[in-house]
Amino acid sequence: MTTDTLTTTQVYRVYIKATPEAIWDAITRPEWTQRYGYTNIADYDLRPGGAYRSYPSEAMKRGGEAMGIPIPDVVVDGEVIEVDPPHRLVQTWRMLMDPDSAPEGFTRITFEISEGKGGVSKLTVTHELEGAPNLALVVGGGREAEGAGGGWAWVLSDLKSLLETGAPMDMEDGFKE
Amino acid sequence: MTVWSPILETVTDDDRVFKALADPTRRFLLDKLFTRDGRTLTELESELEMTRFGVMKHLRILEEAGLVVTRREGREKLHFLNPVPIRLVHDRWIDKYTERQVSALADLKHELEGGSA
Repeated sequence: MTTDTLTTTQVYRVYIKATPEAIWDAITRPEWTQRYGYTNIADYDLRPGGAYRSYPSEAMKRGGEAMGIPIPDVVVDGEVIEVDPPHRLVQTWRMLMDPDSAPEGFTRITFEISEGKGGVSKLTVTHELEGAPNLALVVGGGREAEGAGGGWAWVLSDLKSLLETGAPMDMEDGFKE
Repeated sequence: MTVWSPILETVTDDDRVFKALADPTRRFLLDKLFTRDGRTLTELESELEMTRFGVMKHLRILEEAGLVVTRREGREKLHFLNPVPIRLVHDRWIDKYTERQVSALADLKHELEGGSA
């Protein structure tokens, strides 16, 4: 019998009725990232070595205030490692918003998008969380009851419903602050 | 007027999830992965009184439902629990029914506390 390596990696997969391009934009463009999940505002310099920063939306700031948690100006930061639009994005990722996770430093995320039949695309998110047990709990949804959001499963469920049922981007739907 | 017909309805993602979850062995496998993720077939097999082929069959149904995702790491194929389909079922089905209970409780609380509607 082989001995198993104890993995700290988490893998999430969702099938979305959308083009790979639409999913790519929803992950990398701020006008999309603030419409689902944590509603953070992503800022990517999409080239190897480029910076990644994520800023809190107004809703996040209000939520943090209500819970008595100070929200930093940058909630997540990292560096772009590999870019192949609209199929593959590899980056480092450090959560600065949660005081328990921030000192754990950078983790690594791989987004993989592929097109299947019937206009359905497959999105796989692989989060390598070695040495980051607190962050693993947050992104695994283990702190949802405390108001920390439901992690990747929640984010991807929300992303799917936005892309499949959401209003078009240019619609005035009261979203803009 | 559209009448829903189960015969005309194609097999949906939800059907596959419910079907996959409707088996104690498969729920056991998911529980094992929940406790510790990223296991090999050999390790999962050692937890069950079942042939390797039998375990593979169950894992394949879980994979087809999207509840298990496999990934190669070196020479090993690791199995990961993917909670997204369960989350989707939760958001689509469970929320809908629990919301009413929660709001009924909220109404009751309101009434007992003597507030006016």
